Amino acid sequence: MQFYRAHVLICGGTGCTSSKSVEIKAEMEKELKALGIDNEVQVVMTGCFGLCEAGPIMIVYPEGTFYSHIKISDVKRIASEHLLKGRVVKDLLYYEAIQQDKIKSVNDVDFYAKQKRIALANCGLIDPENIDEYIALDGYQALVKVLTQMKPEDVIEEVKISGLRGRGGAGFPTGLKWQFAANYEDDMKYVCCNADEGDPGAFMDRSILEGTPHSLLEAMTIAGYATNAKKGYIYVRAEYPIAVKRLEIAIKQAKEYGLLGESIFDTNFSFDIEIRLGAGAFVCGEETALIESIEGKRGMPRTKPPFPAEKGIWGKPTLINNVETFANIPAIILKGGEWFSKIGTEDSKGTKVFALGGKITNTGLVEIPMGTTLREVIYDIGGGCPNGKKFKAVQTGGPSGGCLTSEHLDTPIGYDNLVKLGSMMGSGGMIVMDEDNCMVDIARYFLDFTCDESCGKCTPCREGTKRLKELLDKICTGKGSLEDLDRLEALAYYIQDNSLCNLGQSAPNPVISTLVHFRDEYLAHVIDKKCPTGVCKDLLHYTITDKCIGCGSCSKVCPQGCIEPVGKVINEKTNRRAYVIDSSKCIKCGACMDACPPKVSAIIRQ
Amino acid sequence: MKKSIADLARIRQEALKNIQLRDQNEASCRIVVGMGTCGISAGARPCLTAIVDEVHKRGLTNVQIVQTGCVGMCRLEPMFDVYLGNEKVTYVDMTPEKSRQVVVEHVVNKRVIHEYTIGAVENK
Repeated sequence: MQFYRAHVLICGGTGCTSSKSVEIKAEMEKELKALGIDNEVQVVMTGCFGLCEAGPIMIVYPEGTFYSHIKISDVKRIASEHLLKGRVVKDLLYYEAIQQDKIKSVNDVDFYAKQKRIALANCGLIDPENIDEYIALDGYQALVKVLTQMKPEDVIEEVKISGLRGRGGAGFPTGLKWQFAANYEDDMKYVCCNADEGDPGAFMDRSILEGTPHSLLEAMTIAGYATNAKKGYIYVRAEYPIAVKRLEIAIKQAKEYGLLGESIFDTNFSFDIEIRLGAGAFVCGEETALIESIEGKRGMPRTKPPFPAEKGIWGKPTLINNVETFANIPAIILKGGEWFSKIGTEDSKGTKVFALGGKITNTGLVEIPMGTTLREVIYDIGGGCPNGKKFKAVQTGGPSGGCLTSEHLDTPIGYDNLVKLGSMMGSGGMIVMDEDNCMVDIARYFLDFTCDESCGKCTPCREGTKRLKELLDKICTGKGSLEDLDRLEALAYYIQDNSLCNLGQSAPNPVISTLVHFRDEYLAHVIDKKCPTGVCKDLLHYTITDKCIGCGSCSKVCPQGCIEPVGKVINEKTNRRAYVIDSSKCIKCGACMDACPPKVSAIIRQ
Repeated sequence: MKKSIADLARIRQEALKNIQLRDQNEASCRIVVGMGTCGISAGARPCLTAIVDEVHKRGLTNVQIVQTGCVGMCRLEPMFDVYLGNEKVTYVDMTPEKSRQVVVEHVVNKRVIHEYTIGAVENK
């Protein structure tokens, strides 16, 4: 095996790939060859590092030098300065990795120093397409332990002790779920991985699949052993091409090594895994709809009970867990459930991965111990709202969750704590909003999403979400009344109580939580017909005041041509007149306001 | 090829040697080679290559080899520092052959080769 003195790790997650990390890797290999040091320096494409905002990311070991926002044109300098001559290229470092000339390693940067990584442990550290690197970091050792030293019931007991709860949304205790699946006897049983990640802004499952696909295969095989299942399905959406490709490679490698297939390690346990591609319907993240989809039917939820543990895929007992849940399993088996249960809070054990998005400086993935407060996540790790804007709210749990305000910032994160506040953990999306966001518009955005994604099987969800959205449209366009607010609220609770599956039951959450925490904004929309943040365009009015000097700058940029010099006469001699906006034609683009000379500032927005 | 549990352990050992470089806490010895313009022109690169090769040949997993710029004593290049425990030893006027000796004697056997150190050369 070739020995290298330095390793260059380049992020190959979806985010960095879209900003040319594949080309950067090729360029780096080319440069190293040209310098004649390609046999000393290894270039590795890894999974997501988490700090997507700084992408494309490159880390150089052994120093752990953290380069961010790398362009193809920067590669030459890194190769010839750093890798050939050992001089760190300071201006390409991540801004926080250099302080008063002292260069910090990647692990000491605030964003990473405050995290604790279990599910994401290997992401950004190993080459996901190389099974040996996974094995180097204790990969498949948990499987060895399970098959040689543990009985199936011991495995389930260990997971129960760990206190692990489902990371996909509802937070059902994982050990109990495994127990139920193990209890039902049948000639065929299945293990299924729910990789149909649908929350807008959540991408932790994708990153695990892309960064450490073998963790998932190992965990599913362990689950197969524990529940006496012979076959596993991974249901992943086709919109994740990199994840699918890496999964396929991982399955092929695991089969070659005999870690999947007939009599693993010469025991009498056999297990096989197959990938099923989903077409990207949000509802297929609901476990029974997912099962329908795997069977080749239209993805619509079934009534529960019977639960999948009793009648799942092809009517056989099936264990379904989410990607992140599975990703915790190898560590739990190796280090013990006891170890895992010491991390986190009373009701929520271990760590959770959150996808930070929206108005936040460090957009990306963070894994933190449960019990960390929202404030620590948003400010200490996330870096707060950019451009000095004021924090307004954070939406947790995606379209099924709710908005929390600044008064909730010191809440320790946990399943029950978030539910108490009217939101939920969900799959871990965290969308931050600042003072420029209109909360009514946010509720409308999420409703727009759930309305589109409703499968249409049950009426409360199919019709209800549509009516909710119409009411919100009405409010946002200034046609709403106080009665509409009452109607909105009543309908929201009705949908929550009467929908078949979780999609419908949770769809009104964004409406309810914004109604509770931001009622004043709703009132401003319906009573004053004003949007306090200026997001709802229909409620805006642009007018030209007396300050107008008649220069015509606004008229020149107006795409509608609706600003004419028809106001009062400014200059008697030249008969120059002030300009006036024809509100009936105005599309409220704001171009005129930007064009008005700053000294004049004659245009106001109300 | 189907792997047994023993095979898996072997693969783990092998792959770990390579990947350990990315572990920030593992290294107990650091070799810092001067790679300024002066160092490179005096022949630091063959020395570096020799060190890398020797470290690998002996399967030393806890050694970190990094480069640095000019430290100001260009006339003594090629030079490198060995950090072992709390001690720092500077070797100067090196050749690939001497570099290999340092890896064996100093890093493996923990015996400083005094005649190659900066103190010895300066006092000549």
